[in-house]
Amino acid sequence: MNEIIVISGKGGTGKTSLVAAFAKLAENKVLCDADVDAADLHLITAPVIQEQHDFQSGHTAVIAADRCTGCGICRDPCQFDAISEDYVVDPTACEGCSVCVHFCPEKAVDFPLNSCGQWFVSDTRFGPMVHARLGIAEENSGKLVSLVRQQARRLAEEQGLSLILTEGPPGVGCPVIAAIGGATGVLLVTEPTVSGIHDMQRVVELAAHFHVPVMISINKWDLNPEMTSKIEDYARKSGLFLAGNIPFDQIFTQAMVQGQTIFEYNHGSEAGDAVQSVWENILVRLSEVVSH
Amino acid sequence: MIISIASGKGGTGKTTVAVNLAVSLNEKVQLLDCDVEEPNAHVFLHPGIDHRETVTVAVPEIDRSRCTLCGECSNLCQFKAIAVIPDTSILTFPEMCHSCSGCWTVCPENAISKGARDVGILESGHSNGVVFIHGRLRVGEAMAPPLIKQVRRKAEPGILTIIDAPPGTSCPVISSIRDTDVVLLVTEPTPFGLHDLKLAHAAVISLGIPAGLIVNRVGIGDDAVFGYAETADLPVLMEIPFDRRVAEAYAKGQLIVDAFPEYRKQFQALYRNVVDLAADHRAPAHLENRQVLSA
Repeated sequence: MNEIIVISGKGGTGKTSLVAAFAKLAENKVLCDADVDAADLHLITAPVIQEQHDFQSGHTAVIAADRCTGCGICRDPCQFDAISEDYVVDPTACEGCSVCVHFCPEKAVDFPLNSCGQWFVSDTRFGPMVHARLGIAEENSGKLVSLVRQQARRLAEEQGLSLILTEGPPGVGCPVIAAIGGATGVLLVTEPTVSGIHDMQRVVELAAHFHVPVMISINKWDLNPEMTSKIEDYARKSGLFLAGNIPFDQIFTQAMVQGQTIFEYNHGSEAGDAVQSVWENILVRLSEVVSH
Repeated sequence: MIISIASGKGGTGKTTVAVNLAVSLNEKVQLLDCDVEEPNAHVFLHPGIDHRETVTVAVPEIDRSRCTLCGECSNLCQFKAIAVIPDTSILTFPEMCHSCSGCWTVCPENAISKGARDVGILESGHSNGVVFIHGRLRVGEAMAPPLIKQVRRKAEPGILTIIDAPPGTSCPVISSIRDTDVVLLVTEPTPFGLHDLKLAHAAVISLGIPAGLIVNRVGIGDDAVFGYAETADLPVLMEIPFDRRVAEAYAKGQLIVDAFPEYRKQFQALYRNVVDLAADHRAPAHLENRQVLSA
């Protein structure tokens, strides 16, 4: 079974629109939205939820005012400045380390499990989809990313599907690390801007760190053809697979407004042809990677 | 005053607003790039860097000659950063450690001391009169908040501060926007922009910070973000129309206010709007009076 993760480093390069377009082209697959912090893929795929589960992870300290004597022993060791002078824990600052719970002489600190969000198994017009919603201002997004990936894999195994198509989060931190480890390949969607190239190089480094093969697609390539050539040179020198470029086209936004993929919105656009060619190149590359 | 700039969705123009606002103002200003996973402000500002430091967090270091394998540390640790195999050995996983201090505080044998894990580097300098500070997370490091907190600690107190926050709504964003006076939410008028704006706005509301909205690339997509702004009582402080020339200038790393100098006045107007928003929030009585007077 192959798993391809679409990431970008920089946000807003077009990951979600591309994953939605690939969802229309790919066969025998499970869709997985691992951008749990700001998930958008469902706005195009319109999932019908079949299963809904709470995601519980980590704890938050809560000081019981009736048992607290105000001795102050908890405030000093807290490394997160989460306990106020009047002994109220700020849940957005508390990391759930349990140090205050342990050292409180009055056993006045409760330590409930956090409900950090939900995850879902859904049906879409493109096939099954696993997705999630992290609660507002919650932590543990890396764990939720790992969870949706595991569930997508389970679903693919149960239904005999050969591909998992996963949208990853932006950045290079904990959720991205959780999204790419062990994947068959990463498609890095970048753009020919100074920020796009800067951020892409950091993600390439991250993927190398975790030994995941990288494919690159330059979206909106014609915004700056010179920068596009620079990215292509960089990719060739670094031994990265170039999956093809996609022109700037407002069709992506227009399709998004209608809740459609670009192929559903408009048959036979130049951007659509480019996306189709990128997808075909990805499939060829994945089979090469697997056969090695 | 501290102004933070956040968005929910990535790529909506946070950095564009942060750097162009910073260079447009006629007072001393510092820019903190807290998007430490993918910092970008420096590619527009080209600051001269005069200070660089490695930022570390504390992680346990075990003195095995003292450790009795009692297991108190691993029982306390919530992050699976220490494992004690009874009567056999003790293992640490420094990359999992949140530096909570629990293990070295609880150890009855004083067998745990503070070691260090590199989380990234912090750099500071100047660009065109703007004081510049940013962090660069070490590639492979999972936790951004300790580096973000260090960038914020380096800020000079008392001068106008602009913080470029990372995208999303989770812990790195909260670390970047907490204890700021105003959050500017930057979105684009599309379904993705609106969806993620709602999440980011909810996060800002949970922190009790006043927020204003900047709509970038007006003209692509639809009008739904403006409807949301009105019903959610989120004032639109600036609109930037979609213009392919602006996108091309951005691609080259140009500041909008350099490529299109007429924007400088608009960023100055944005700042006045932000000052008013912060003042209204600090003095709600003043706001009530004003409403009474205008009625």
